[in-house]
Amino acid sequence: MALTQEEIRVLDLLYQDARITPERAAVMLGMTEQAVTEAIRHLEEERVIVGYPALINWDKTPIEKVKAVIEVKVTPQRDRGFDAIAERIYRFDEVTAVYLMSGAYDLMLEVQAATMRTLASFVSQKLATIDGVMSTATHFVLKKYKFEGVILEENHTDNRLAVSP
Amino acid sequence: MNYEKLLNRTVQEIPPSGIRKFFDIVSTMKDAISLGVGEPDFVTPWNICESAIYSIEQGQTHYSSNWGDLNLRREISDYLHARCGIDYNPNNEIIVTVGASEGIDLALRTMLEPGDEVLIPDPSYVSYSPCVHLSGGVPVGIPTSADHGFKLLPEQLKACITPRTKALILPYPNNPTGGIMERADLEALAEVLKDTDILVISDEIYSELTYGGRKHVSFASIPGMFERTVTLNGFSKAFAMTGWRMGYACAPAPIARLMCKIHQFTILCAPVQGQAAAAEALRAGREDNYASVEKMRKVYDQRRRIMLDGFAKMGLPCFEPLGAFYVFPNIAGLNMKSDEFCEKLLREQKVATVPGTAFGASGEGYIRCSYATATDKIIEALRRIELFVRRQRGE
Repeated sequence: MALTQEEIRVLDLLYQDARITPERAAVMLGMTEQAVTEAIRHLEEERVIVGYPALINWDKTPIEKVKAVIEVKVTPQRDRGFDAIAERIYRFDEVTAVYLMSGAYDLMLEVQAATMRTLASFVSQKLATIDGVMSTATHFVLKKYKFEGVILEENHTDNRLAVSP
Repeated sequence: MNYEKLLNRTVQEIPPSGIRKFFDIVSTMKDAISLGVGEPDFVTPWNICESAIYSIEQGQTHYSSNWGDLNLRREISDYLHARCGIDYNPNNEIIVTVGASEGIDLALRTMLEPGDEVLIPDPSYVSYSPCVHLSGGVPVGIPTSADHGFKLLPEQLKACITPRTKALILPYPNNPTGGIMERADLEALAEVLKDTDILVISDEIYSELTYGGRKHVSFASIPGMFERTVTLNGFSKAFAMTGWRMGYACAPAPIARLMCKIHQFTILCAPVQGQAAAAEALRAGREDNYASVEKMRKVYDQRRRIMLDGFAKMGLPCFEPLGAFYVFPNIAGLNMKSDEFCEKLLREQKVATVPGTAFGASGEGYIRCSYATATDKIIEALRRIELFVRRQRGE
């Protein structure tokens, strides 16, 4: 689909801060409020914007989450290539992301569950038994430093002189 | 000892900075928001910092050439060719300086004889006048106004020229007003200058920060002006490198040679770690078409619009600045002097701004607000200023 320059500028702004109001966005981009609202509506309709989740550092909450990255080697299917098997995999709730990769393996998954045991059983019971999955290699995430361009523990303090020429 | 009698009269007579008072008050305050900062809030991009660290690891801890590292001078030459359309020879027309500030001093000392007059648009950056005095010259302010976008007009320039006029300082994009000079504006000045021997110091430190689709135009790129012009620029504003103190001065070889003589005997060379960082800034910029500069510029532009919108809503007249990172609203309608407004605003609402008078007499009636500050802080500061302004109006 073709996006207008204005729509790209709106995207750029929402990527910095999804909570920005159309009124504020209009001021910052030099557009009318109506044009901003219309651009957002169009971007949502075209599924360019597919959601507005918050970036959360779960490590700072009491909620336990186990995350892993899984490399998967698969046999592609005639006519549908990797798409059919990717679909079989991404429908599981535990799977938060699926990428088709170049190189030593085919699919890379990001998976997440409440406990290590649930995740282990997902891999052995569900994932490894899917037709066409040849092998899996699971890497558990120990600590997250930077996510979606945001450094999680950075405390940015403004140490400039308070007034300067 | 009677220091007053002993020490240099010219230095003693330079008036104290107009911002010192505000700095002192802010330092005692908690939760004050400062719109008084004249430097980027971004930290230097990591690739630039990392190359300075690497240069230390590699043991690059020695003097460079007086002119600066040749590799860096070549990068500067390429950069000025690509971004400003001017060609300086890296061998004898470019000096790497300790910030553009050093360049101001070098240029003035190279040009001035005692009593020579230097024309300076007013308001302008705080260093020009003192540096002219220190070089034995006489600063002559040319008042600029919001009605003409704080541009220097050719008829004004013409009217201020005397037989003693040696040089003109062209500080655009301008700190504190945010005014810029477009090609036609510069061509009109060139028309006035072309039959004179007046030299020009073009301080283009904000050259990368222009908005509204305007591209910066270097004065030296105007036909016939190269021979008389010293171009000053640096890394502070474009690459968020203020603390590195990296700048450069470019001039035709006969001028550059004398400037480098002063530089050689006072500074020897700019710090080499900064030079390594600066070279990386330009190298990376060349490769990704100055993506990091563009990213910062875009954010400044968004904040600029927030500022203009905020002042419009509170009914303070504010000309639309198309350069640097300052807005310069007019507060004269509140029947207060700039200095009084800024001090009261700071004490009552804890927002630091700088009175226009810190930048020259023509700044009376204006305050300088920097948008080189996080967006949410700008929004909160505008809220507080609006409260303050309403109270002054008795609303």
